[in-house]
Amino acid sequence: MARISLSNELKPYTGGETRLALEVTSVRQLFEVLGEQYPDLRPYLEAGIAVAIDGEIYQDALLQPIGGGSEVLLFTKIAGG
Amino acid sequence: MAKNRVSATVNGDAVEFLCETQQTLLDVLRDELRLTGTKEGCGTGDCGACSVTVDGRLMCSCLMLGVEAQGKSIKTIEGMANGEALHPLQRKFLEHAALQCGVCTPGMLIAARSLLERNPDPTEQEVRYGLAGNLCRCTGYHKIVEAVLDAAREMRGA
Amino acid sequence: MSTMVKYEEKPLKIVGTRPIRPDGVDKVTGRARFAADYSLPGQLIGKVLRSPHAHARIKSVDTTAAQSLPGVKAVVTRDDFADMPSEFAAAGELTINFRDVTRNMMAREKVLYDGHPVAAVAAISESIAREALKLIKVEYEVLPHVIDVVEAMKPDAPLLHEEQFTDGVTPKPDKPSNIAKRLVFARGDLEAGFKQADIVVEREFNTKPVHQGYIEPQACLASASEDGQVELWTGTQGHFVFRAQCAKVLQMDVGKLRVVPTELGGGFGGKNNIYTEPLAIALSRKSHRPVKMVMTREEVFRATGPTSGANVKVKIGCTKDGRIIAAEAELNFQAGAFAGSSVGMACPCTFTRYDIDNVKVVGHDVTVNRPKVAAYRAPGAPIIVFGVESVIDELAKTLGIDPIEFRLKNAAKEGTQTYYGPKLGPIGYIETLNKAKAHPHYSAPLGLNQGRGIATGFWFNIGMETSSRLNVNEDGTVTLIMGTVDVAGGSRASMAMMVAEELGIAYDRVRPVIGDTTTLGFNFITAGSRGTFAGGMAAVLSARQAIERLRQRVAQIREVALEDVLWKDGSAVPAPGSAKQFTPMSLVEIARMAGKTGGSISGQSEINAQGAGPGFCTHIVDVEVDKQTGAVKILRYTIVQDVGKAIHPAYVEGQMQGAAVQGIGWSLNEEYFYGADGVLQNPGFLDYRVPVASDVPYIDTVIVEVPNPNHPYGVRGCGEVSIIPPIAAISNAINNAMGVRLRSQPMSPPVVLKALGEAAGGKSKG
Repeated sequence: MARISLSNELKPYTGGETRLALEVTSVRQLFEVLGEQYPDLRPYLEAGIAVAIDGEIYQDALLQPIGGGSEVLLFTKIAGG
Repeated sequence: MAKNRVSATVNGDAVEFLCETQQTLLDVLRDELRLTGTKEGCGTGDCGACSVTVDGRLMCSCLMLGVEAQGKSIKTIEGMANGEALHPLQRKFLEHAALQCGVCTPGMLIAARSLLERNPDPTEQEVRYGLAGNLCRCTGYHKIVEAVLDAAREMRGA
Repeated sequence: MSTMVKYEEKPLKIVGTRPIRPDGVDKVTGRARFAADYSLPGQLIGKVLRSPHAHARIKSVDTTAAQSLPGVKAVVTRDDFADMPSEFAAAGELTINFRDVTRNMMAREKVLYDGHPVAAVAAISESIAREALKLIKVEYEVLPHVIDVVEAMKPDAPLLHEEQFTDGVTPKPDKPSNIAKRLVFARGDLEAGFKQADIVVEREFNTKPVHQGYIEPQACLASASEDGQVELWTGTQGHFVFRAQCAKVLQMDVGKLRVVPTELGGGFGGKNNIYTEPLAIALSRKSHRPVKMVMTREEVFRATGPTSGANVKVKIGCTKDGRIIAAEAELNFQAGAFAGSSVGMACPCTFTRYDIDNVKVVGHDVTVNRPKVAAYRAPGAPIIVFGVESVIDELAKTLGIDPIEFRLKNAAKEGTQTYYGPKLGPIGYIETLNKAKAHPHYSAPLGLNQGRGIATGFWFNIGMETSSRLNVNEDGTVTLIMGTVDVAGGSRASMAMMVAEELGIAYDRVRPVIGDTTTLGFNFITAGSRGTFAGGMAAVLSARQAIERLRQRVAQIREVALEDVLWKDGSAVPAPGSAKQFTPMSLVEIARMAGKTGGSISGQSEINAQGAGPGFCTHIVDVEVDKQTGAVKILRYTIVQDVGKAIHPAYVEGQMQGAAVQGIGWSLNEEYFYGADGVLQNPGFLDYRVPVASDVPYIDTVIVEVPNPNHPYGVRGCGEVSIIPPIAAISNAINNAMGVRLRSQPMSPPVVLKALGEAAGGKSKG
């Protein structure tokens, strides 16, 4: 089980939930499961979410593997000028 | 719209062109003579990107009409290098990394040449005031000022 | 492939030197071609009719008279473009919504700002095109407008979008609002934190929108053919993203649109989004002629994106010995006419220079009747950092602690937990503070009416999608094709340097070019300081693939195993200790034989670069305040910035200096003036005053290099972070000089004079 946390600003789209344990092995699977569980989160998963897996940040990396005991954090995607 | 026929000298070459009365010298250089090295940044004489010399005098070409060029000698960035040999200012701008996007560069070089013709040994402050009519948004002016001072030094043979 | 390439320390021959940029000579001779310099045979000139109102319903648009003017070849209005449903995409800064993109390029139901396009014409000359604009009759129903962010947030404010309900609020609101979105970032227990604090300072700050101020106005040239193919030349920070946006709003296949990025005359985030491009394409389709559109400076100011103006509140509590316990901020950002300001980026930047246990940051994205904001160098961060670094300065002063010492006590370092998400990796913030403290500038004496201020900045930096290709030519020279636009910083030089280093050949043997959209896979916009980070990673990977193929070719030619062939200093040589010896082959020799031994050799890479390293900086500024006029003179300025690795130090210094001077303009001069009618009153460089050479001193730069572990040369990206501290640093310096504390920007002479007058009357405290 990977331990998933959602950054505070995503709370409005998960009914307040920020901590989950999920059986997922890639970012793609994680997004699928989250999208089914929280439909309001879906547009953000499509366009604006970054993940940190065990501290390393990934953006647009659906195929990135998630290990069994990984700590995964979801937060707003980062860009710039 | 009736066009005016104008004869002038551009970078030493005799040229003739037709232009509408409201067309600026900048429009003529860019659109009629296809000398696009001179840039339009504002069209109101505030940015200096269109700097050229007219009979040796530094001008914003956006503030002068094409018809006013009759009989005048105009120098643009395209005439600054002497064949293979870049003008010392051009060379120093490259060596000092005094350009980034390059849109202000032609006007800046023309203005700097004009400044050094008037004052071959300027102080840092004189360079800054001498180029205050030429906006650069990329460099923060630091390397431009260094390049102009270095070129002045070389041109004086110091 | 999501890609992270690890840093390796190695002796360097080219990286770290200062060669001349490949685009340099063209730029000093006038040969460089910017978008407005391109022309095609038979081209028409396109012009846009813009709204004179800040807010109005469009009742009708009648183009009959314009269309019948001789020389007019096409007119387009809202009727020529399909409506778009709400759909989000990434566009450099935050996300964009195509429903808004199509409404921003051409108003549909309403005009939402002075300058909003309502029609466009193409004619055989500019004068005829302008004449035609005057013949278009638009009937407006003028509506009440709102310009100010605080006003726009009030429940009874004039409403821009009847269908906009505040996102991020539970339960979902049932009334529409100008507040498009509410964001909350939080960590720890704020209330408990403030209870533990010995002193708490709470302040409010206001800033005006400022424009990127690139000297080259937006320009493009479009040519549509009868079979649906379109070519577009434009000045852009990302031609692939422009292709995607144009194809979407024009409902055409991406593959039918070829976008050629021209030399870019400055962008700073302002050229991340399309404006006239789809109009030019639509006019070209209608007229069957190429159409060129060049904005005037007035159009640039009225209709392209500035950064947000904002109202922010900052509250920080710390212990007597200067340890920050709790910090809170509210950020109210103008988005302009459509949702999507940089508030989402500014929130995480608010306190991320410090290690604080209890944090709450609330952001509001607010629509107002101004042009839709665009990214501007470290979007949003300078605005909130003005507030935070001012309050930090006040706390340090109150406690009698040196301002750098105060920051060192609280500085973020590797392992610090951020309140927006991850823990920080290896960073160089403390190094910048220590170097600033040790710099002679920090201890230099000050004169009468002079003061010194410091402030610091943090910016994330990003990676994203990047493609490149490297061709080994038949004489052993190399062509490097990049898809990341060189937005002026000199990334072409940096890429060529990294590739030359990898291949072990001279810098001038590599010619880097930016390929158009038909030459490479997708590339994200050059934004977020990603050019040399992500572009460099892609270029290095292309070079490494080419080296692998060169080794394979030599193994075949010399009839040895691949592992017996080592690449060293531009040649294939026998690997040390390998049994099989052979005569080395240089790149030139391999290239000459390539055609007869299987064909030419290349390398390519298509990546989604991960692992961008955050950038930090510390700025020191000395000012002198003229008590008679209120004018603030910048006497001395020093930047200390961690860039990971400076591939080309002179171009890195140029980024630091350019960013700081933009920040100085933001601090002292730049602002938009709107009349009571909601019309912009200073759409030109005469009254919107960007810094000129005589306004600033030399900008001293100190480059700190704490390598990013996720880049082959340690690059972090360096383009943005140094625009963040200047407003706060200058305000802190004014306070140090005169004792007054300015909490609004710009700190222009009338504002400073007023503050000095109030202080003299005993009304202000520091």
